Amino acid sequence: MRLKDLLIEALLSITANKTRTFLTVLGIVIGISSVISLISIGQGAQSSVKSQIGTLGSNLLTVSMNFNRNSLNTSEMLTTDDVKAIEKISLVKAVAPQVSTNTQIVYKGAGVNTQIIGTNDNYDDVRNITIDKGSFISSKDVTSYTKVAVVGPTAAENILGENREPLNETIKIDGIGFKIIGVTKTKGQSGMTNQDNMIYIPISTAQRYLTGNDSISSINIGVISENAMNEAKQQVTLALLKTHNIADSSSANFTVSSQTDVVETISSVSETFTLLLAAIAAISLVVGGIGIMNMMLTNVTERTKEIGLRKAIGASSTDIVVQFLTEAILLTSFGGIIGTLLGVLLSYVLTQFFNIATTVSVSSIVLAVGVSAGIGLVFGFYPAKRAARLDPIQSLRYE
Amino acid sequence: MIDLQQITKTYQSGENETQALKGVTIHVDEGEFVAIMGPSGSGKSTLMHILGALDKPSTGHYLLDGKDVSTYSEKELAELRKKKLGFVFQSFNLLPRTTAVRNVMLPLLYTNVSESKRTGLAEESLRAVGISEKHWAHMSNQLSGGQIQRVAIARALINSPRLILADEPTGNLDTKTSEMVLSVFQRLNNEGRTIVLITHEPDIANHAKRIISMRDGLIESDTQVKNRRISIEEKQ
Repeated sequence: MRLKDLLIEALLSITANKTRTFLTVLGIVIGISSVISLISIGQGAQSSVKSQIGTLGSNLLTVSMNFNRNSLNTSEMLTTDDVKAIEKISLVKAVAPQVSTNTQIVYKGAGVNTQIIGTNDNYDDVRNITIDKGSFISSKDVTSYTKVAVVGPTAAENILGENREPLNETIKIDGIGFKIIGVTKTKGQSGMTNQDNMIYIPISTAQRYLTGNDSISSINIGVISENAMNEAKQQVTLALLKTHNIADSSSANFTVSSQTDVVETISSVSETFTLLLAAIAAISLVVGGIGIMNMMLTNVTERTKEIGLRKAIGASSTDIVVQFLTEAILLTSFGGIIGTLLGVLLSYVLTQFFNIATTVSVSSIVLAVGVSAGIGLVFGFYPAKRAARLDPIQSLRYE
Repeated sequence: MIDLQQITKTYQSGENETQALKGVTIHVDEGEFVAIMGPSGSGKSTLMHILGALDKPSTGHYLLDGKDVSTYSEKELAELRKKKLGFVFQSFNLLPRTTAVRNVMLPLLYTNVSESKRTGLAEESLRAVGISEKHWAHMSNQLSGGQIQRVAIARALINSPRLILADEPTGNLDTKTSEMVLSVFQRLNNEGRTIVLITHEPDIANHAKRIISMRDGLIESDTQVKNRRISIEEKQ
């Protein structure tokens, strides 16, 4: 039989009982649309995690000390020597050491606790921070121990109250007055920390007035390109082993980590999550497939006489198998296409009205339509085979 | 054209063996119009199925155009039915919700006849059985009994078969419509087609040229019809 004839014949017979066809196809539609929308939620979560972490800078390396209770002496801290050693590495574009502390900020008598980061003029560049108003800390601020602060938008709101222009206001950190010289742009939550609720001051000022020592909490390193990350990481490790007088990298008292390490961990979690969602949706597809099989079996029984006739006028068993398989595949493909449209619509609705991040990928659509046609093939095969096996004489007598 | 040599057919159902045909030898020439008669259980249906390549004999040989088809495989038998045989059934077996033309064309779907030729052949076939143009696009359930059976005959004719097999073609029709259908068979026969018709009514059988009577799986008599009844085709 020609393909065109096959399709016409199949269409004629599946439109013969519209209610039954509709209900059977509905099973596939639900299956496919849930596969599409659930996968889109999984992939949406994945890509939003990735883009959030991307805002930190994908060429960022962070050096921090492995905290050790037993040896709390200054030789076990990061120092300016470490910073200088790292600055000499050619793959390093900029270095921003930081001192982190949590102190009370007082403005006009009201106090708020906020994280304070003492750092240098490279920090905004290394950590992808953009300035909304004013300016960031300058190198001159660092060398001359200026008492200036750059605030995040959330921190500004918490300390100064809403609708107040923060620039040039003076806030008291640990009792010392700091003039606000800049406000950063909103960046949003990243992992555990809210980057908008921070106060940045010159590292020199922080060390002299807040922590009282020369130690550095961590060092942020901007690498020249993303491709050089692994090599830069190795070179930084080597340089620090040298300054810390450690011979063996396995006994290093510091950690050099990149954002990709974090991204990899989180994306492997969200991949598992996507898979889990897909597996749940796949179950509904199997149920839909069983519906197809049930309908096709009923179909074969009802059309026994027709099958007998077709055989009598010269249809071979293969012709019969192909005909019934075409019907099943047509049913499921049809359901697959409608299900895909519905799934895409559902993802759109989830994003628009429920604020759930979704990503509909072409591959998931191709997969869904392919799978639905495959279901037709698998679940249609047994009924088709049964139709082909019917004895023409018995079938013609069937009432 | 047809040569049946000592055909037997035994059905096995559980412990019981039923011998439906006990050695039947028939020779039918091209252009003959044979009626096979007999009460139910005489083996005429079994004989019909073997003639129609729907079933294989247990022993004996069936030569069609000199070829022994009793040894054919399933696939070869399907091919034979498609190319050389045309069936007309008692219950018509038209596809429901399908037009007359499409019903007639059905056998062509399993052949390589091009789409453009099919409609022409179907219309030619419908004309040959006296179905006028205004009924061609009618659905099968919109046709009268006589029209339905003539559409079924048109379907049997479309592949220009060597042999037309009709199994009680008038069994579900009234006398007047039966006459109409029989007249179509007679004309087709006059045009040179070989027809084998199965019936249990002597009135119907008398429209053929030769009557073979069967009883208990054997041929009881094989005679030429002396006072043949001729049905006149009514113009519609």
